[in-house]
Amino acid sequence: MSQATIDADSRPNPLGVGADHPDYLRADSGLRSWLLTKDHKRIALMFYVGVILFLGLGGVFALVLRTELLTPEQTFIDANTYNQMFTLHGITMVWLFMIPAVPTVFGNFVLPIMLGAKDLAFPRINLASFYIYVLSAIILLGAMLAGGADTGWTFYVPYSTTSPTAVTWMGIGIFVNGISSIMTSVNFIVTTHTMRAKGLSWHRMPLFVWATYATSIIILFATPVLGMSLVLLALDHAFGLSLFNPRYGGDPVLFQHLFWFYSHPAVYIMILPSFGVISEVVCSFSHNQPASYRAIAYSSLGIAFIGFFTWGHHMFVAGLSEFDAGVFGALSMFVAIFSAIKVFTWVATLRGGSISFATPMLYFLWFLFLFVFGGMTGVAVATQSLDVHWHDTYFVVAHFHFIMVGGTLTSFLAAAHYWFPKMFGRLYDERVGLLTSVAVFIGFVFTFLPQFLLGNGGMPRRYFTYPERYQWLNVLSTGGAWLLGAGLLLALGNLLLALKWGKRAGPNPWGSRSFEWITASPPSKHNFEETPDIERSAYDYTLSEEVARERAKAR
Amino acid sequence: MNELLRTLLFLPRQASTIAEEIDTLHYFVIIMTMGGALLVTLVGGYFLFRYRRTAVQKHPERRMTGTTPAIWLEAVVVVGLFGMFIVWWVIGFWQFMAIRIPPENALEIYVTGKQWMWKFAYPQGANSISTLYVPAGRPVKLVLTSRDVIHSFFVPDFRLKQDVLPGRLTTLWFEAKEPGRHDIFCTEYCGVSHSTMRGEVIALSPEEYERWLQGKSPQPAVAGPVDMRPSSVTDYAPPEPVSMVRQGERAAAEHGCLRCHTLDGTPHLGPTFAGLYGTMVPLEAGGSVKVDEAYITESMMDPLARIHAGYQRIMPSYLGQIRPAETGAIIELMKSLRDVRPKPGASEPWGTVTVPETREGGQ
Repeated sequence: MSQATIDADSRPNPLGVGADHPDYLRADSGLRSWLLTKDHKRIALMFYVGVILFLGLGGVFALVLRTELLTPEQTFIDANTYNQMFTLHGITMVWLFMIPAVPTVFGNFVLPIMLGAKDLAFPRINLASFYIYVLSAIILLGAMLAGGADTGWTFYVPYSTTSPTAVTWMGIGIFVNGISSIMTSVNFIVTTHTMRAKGLSWHRMPLFVWATYATSIIILFATPVLGMSLVLLALDHAFGLSLFNPRYGGDPVLFQHLFWFYSHPAVYIMILPSFGVISEVVCSFSHNQPASYRAIAYSSLGIAFIGFFTWGHHMFVAGLSEFDAGVFGALSMFVAIFSAIKVFTWVATLRGGSISFATPMLYFLWFLFLFVFGGMTGVAVATQSLDVHWHDTYFVVAHFHFIMVGGTLTSFLAAAHYWFPKMFGRLYDERVGLLTSVAVFIGFVFTFLPQFLLGNGGMPRRYFTYPERYQWLNVLSTGGAWLLGAGLLLALGNLLLALKWGKRAGPNPWGSRSFEWITASPPSKHNFEETPDIERSAYDYTLSEEVARERAKAR
Repeated sequence: MNELLRTLLFLPRQASTIAEEIDTLHYFVIIMTMGGALLVTLVGGYFLFRYRRTAVQKHPERRMTGTTPAIWLEAVVVVGLFGMFIVWWVIGFWQFMAIRIPPENALEIYVTGKQWMWKFAYPQGANSISTLYVPAGRPVKLVLTSRDVIHSFFVPDFRLKQDVLPGRLTTLWFEAKEPGRHDIFCTEYCGVSHSTMRGEVIALSPEEYERWLQGKSPQPAVAGPVDMRPSSVTDYAPPEPVSMVRQGERAAAEHGCLRCHTLDGTPHLGPTFAGLYGTMVPLEAGGSVKVDEAYITESMMDPLARIHAGYQRIMPSYLGQIRPAETGAIIELMKSLRDVRPKPGASEPWGTVTVPETREGGQ
């Protein structure tokens, strides 16, 4: 099980990184050296702290909601608090955790190293992106304290334009947040185009880079639309512009079109980086090249493209014409095809590999189940006649939690464990890792599987009280949520303990061929002592580790 | 089999004629989804076990680095999946059309959503709040609109849902299989009491329904209290039910519609209401449109958007002027006139007619 670990530990440090080249954590010291750093790795760590804080905050909101739903009538908070709480849960999780999580933490940390670059193309923009993220979080938290919002994260008009709550500030917070993601994605696109090491052609790049690249493209095209619609909404709300208010000639359905034109691609913004993580994990731990490199790389681009033409499937019962509904339903199915290509390719990659069964691999297995189940239920809700019954019920809640949260969370945890030695130079406890992974999975399934049944039974979402016949499934779901929370805390504890007491990891504890492992763990301030010269693909497991290192020289 | 799967999947009763058919697709889709997810995960888990590093070290022949993928296999899988999804889509779309297009002979009932209640108005003049009475075994078409924010009308037992939008009319139809009562939920978040915006559909036998409409001790075994308070249609409570056609005439007169539109087919500034409903009319911008609830509502709220060819662009918008229920009543008025033959020349262009000084119609 921990075979690779032992190998790595007994091997002398082949890179000769010692006292003369302090790693990025020790290269400079003092608070100032962190807060004003231009090092992508340190910025990634600051983002890491941020997204984990907000995952915790969103998680606490979720537990409050689930606990309230233990009984059909009021349990311990009132309807108004409940309505604000689910809005804040949605906003926090979507914009402060799921969208930024993988790209800003792991993308920031490993993308330049994978490309053999010293840093991102625009280090100052990267730092600014972090502070803008912090600013957006402050605005959103401030708005929560100053009255919150009770519109749901979808802000449907005309309710949101008439709601007395802090909708305007919420809109501004999300707008600012969008600026941060746009800056990060521009940075990634430019870096990928211009800063690849010598010899690193597009088809030699690690698949994580492809996934991050495709995500950045979606962010670049979709986020401005969200920003614009939220500005219009804020103007409606604050000054009565009435673009969306039917009382004065506005069109409420127009807002839904604009909102979903962003927010459906946003689902892929959340899940595409996860695909990248999974591709890396699968190849590294099975010591195999991907069954089809091109299938994985190009299907990301396919999803990025098709993702823009499916937004209407959120609106089948909102008065869309039958023809439009038919077109959007059919187009939505294409996304499932691209996703299926990825799933089959990952599973095929395992075949004939030499698999070490470490924690990230277990998360991959959970990812497979949650993603395939969540994805197929996505095709199910894109089937018009079925969606009529499921729309806005707990079935949809369960579906998007399976695919978005299940997908993002399992891959985030896989990445946190997989790149832990790279980021901190130490190894986490494998047994505890496997155990927490099982707890997270069981908790997750217990939380959301009953919600599919609740949706079948017809329980609408965003319900503070509900008919008694739905109670036992709600109790199951709440129990699952508490278990999931406990599992996540355990995982966090395990990693935090390993920071100080974990065994020292060699530069490449998993025996991976991907390029971020050719440098020291943790990397020195400028990643490489010399610019690498790459003469192989990122997944060439036909070569021995020494030869592989030789063909990607980074001395 | 149907009952078993329905119970396992926690689906409610199949109380409408369409429900069982939709459930059949539901079973197929859910079984494929569950099966697919389990299969992929089990295959993945099996590979993890079979090709685990220690096993590969014992059986080196298992190691197959650099194998090329079987393109034909991927193609077969992808085409097969695509075929399956297309089958879902074809069946789902076909059912969707069936859900959305009501039969010609459907009974029409007007629904107004309002924070946080449902109001129902019946063409014969009865009203009710939160409880919708319908005859069983007969198609019923609901014409829905909202007074404030977006609501959504959902009857789980019927497998039906439709958003209810302010400033627009949407429709929904169903046929209840037999007498019984069924929950109505609002499924679009609409404010603090969203989760209490519930009601029920009570399907009555046709005779009971007739008796109820006439206000004659409507207390069948299944019915709850009948609410005859002033409701969506008339905010000036009538002493006894007034038919919607009559209310429509009153509303049309009050809002001045009859200054330009006539009820008897006489040509005037606007198209006559006589025989208009359900016909295709030519549009100024080209093409044509069927005069249905949606077009009539649009013409009231945004008259110049798609204007009837040959008429002047003079009609003002009634958005915010006219109550949702009055819109319904005027539509009902137009429906009552659908068989009145327009007088000759009524559909001719009227560009040369001058506006008369006064003309109070319909009084």
